Amino acid sequence: MSGAVATADKPRAVSDIGAAGRFLFWAGVVLLCAWVLVPIYLLAVNTLSSPQEVTAFPKTGVPSFDMGSIQFFLSFEGVLKALWNSVLVAVLTMILSIAIGAPAGYALSRFEFPGKATFRMLVLMTRAFPLPLLALPIAVMFIRIGLDDTPIGLALVHTTLAIPFAVLITFSIFSGIPLELEEAAWTLGCNRLQAFQRVVLPLVLPGITASAIFAFTISWNEVFAASVLTVQNRTLTAFLLQSLSVSPLHLRFAGGAALVIPALIFIFAVRKYMFAMWGIANR
Amino acid sequence: MAEILIKGVAKSFGSFTALHSIDLTIADQEFMVLLGASGCGKTTLLRIIAGLESPTQGEVWIGGKRVDQLPPRERGIAMVFQNYAVFPHLTVYENIAFGLRMKKLPQAEVDTRVKRTAELMHIEQLLKRYSGQLSGGQRQRVAVARALAMEPDVILMDEPLSNLDALLRLEMRAELKGVLANSKTTTIYVTHDQVEAMSLADRISVMNGGHIVQAASPVEVYRNPAARFVGSFIGNPPMNFLPAARNGDGRYQVAGIALDGPSSGGAKLEFAIRPEDLTIAAGGLKATARVIEPLGAHTLVTSEVDGKLFRAVLDSDLKVAPGDELSLVPKPDRVRWFDPETTRAVN
Repeated sequence: MSGAVATADKPRAVSDIGAAGRFLFWAGVVLLCAWVLVPIYLLAVNTLSSPQEVTAFPKTGVPSFDMGSIQFFLSFEGVLKALWNSVLVAVLTMILSIAIGAPAGYALSRFEFPGKATFRMLVLMTRAFPLPLLALPIAVMFIRIGLDDTPIGLALVHTTLAIPFAVLITFSIFSGIPLELEEAAWTLGCNRLQAFQRVVLPLVLPGITASAIFAFTISWNEVFAASVLTVQNRTLTAFLLQSLSVSPLHLRFAGGAALVIPALIFIFAVRKYMFAMWGIANR
Repeated sequence: MAEILIKGVAKSFGSFTALHSIDLTIADQEFMVLLGASGCGKTTLLRIIAGLESPTQGEVWIGGKRVDQLPPRERGIAMVFQNYAVFPHLTVYENIAFGLRMKKLPQAEVDTRVKRTAELMHIEQLLKRYSGQLSGGQRQRVAVARALAMEPDVILMDEPLSNLDALLRLEMRAELKGVLANSKTTTIYVTHDQVEAMSLADRISVMNGGHIVQAASPVEVYRNPAARFVGSFIGNPPMNFLPAARNGDGRYQVAGIALDGPSSGGAKLEFAIRPEDLTIAAGGLKATARVIEPLGAHTLVTSEVDGKLFRAVLDSDLKVAPGDELSLVPKPDRVRWFDPETTRAVN
């Protein structure tokens, strides 16, 4: 018995574990990259191929850079308007959710007030209600007050979706800034607003930007509320959901690319803020 | 000229009273240390003077101007924080220049002052760095330089050395003392470290439970503690205490020997003596040695007198072993007496 335990207990060579660990690590890396990149690649290839190539077989896997699908898609009735609506709604959502969420996050991190814990809980609870449950009452209400089928109306709904994240993300960002930094600024001649502008804001900007991008993408990707609440002023997601199910395959690829690529470009443009931490990396 | 007057300042947080009606005057250019254990209210008092906390009651005057309703920026103070609070998004240069830019000083003046204070704190080679690239000691220097560059009437320091390692603390302590003496500002310095307090202060305010128990020079605080708390808090090893009762002929009976006590004392007093004020001679307190700790220059003997813990710092030539009976004679002029009811000193 004791002999068996001793044998089983014999430590393995560290190099064996290291090799297995490295294999797992790289397998994980490859898998995760493939998970993200393969669909994007297929989307790109098919978007940049002529309609005939999309339906043809076997596949070459290399785009022929035929702009036919894209041209047709862009000239498709209503696409440009839907694209504009999407950008408008997403930008409005971004502004509203940061304008409302960031002060709430600041208050949560800096002040003690009764019901603080309950408030934090309630902010999260707003995510507990499925959107389909809320969408119809909201639609009815919006029709009554005339907010239906408007970008601002949809942006308000998207803002409620984005706010919990905006509050909690900015709360943790502000909590990461020691109060002493603000107090030091006050003793060095700043009033509360100046201290915020000169000390807190530069430090939280990367985090706020990341939070804003998050709000933007939540709105950009949202399709359910957009489909229910808009008729004439469809956003791109709602428009594509409606039109593309009856469109040929190459058009669907073009539409998919039109949804994915702006989001990718936007995140790429501000990636520095998402990685930047003071003193660590600023690429 | 910045004399600081604190008149009846009290502070409560809900039902907890952090400060009970504090009265204190700090002279121009004086180095005042607020000393006490954590939770005694010393940091609260400092923050009230700084304007980061508002008093529940009372007035604060700096340089003849009442400031307790003014924001920190209008009080002519600069503060050094325990965790340095060096702005991480600015270079050392911009950190030191921060307050000067808020004052809208011309660039030439800003540059002169930054360079001068950086030189004073020996950080002139670090001016282009960010706080993330500095060690704790260097950040501390930046924080002090930033305060000095303001050329304030009053510098407030909240345990500025407590995050540094022991050796660095010793070095910074000596340096701070020199720099602040030359700057001719009034300084209020909060610490829980009695050695730091003794070595830096012109005057020490010993605080306990939201009261200032004694405000006096370091030697006075050490030699003539105004209350039992001061005697037990300051000094390492701390003061010894023994109960004393007046006998028939007006002397006080302490653990079997009779000593001359204060004329104004009551029937019961507490006898107190510092461990280094004891000598071995006949007719003293009967002590049984328990633990012997040779410390080089001296030997610390922890003993029992009348069943109570009693420490003596004796000459290291003395041969003593645990269990030995000693006769410890207190130096008459170093004996202090406390009223056991009020815990105040009795003369």
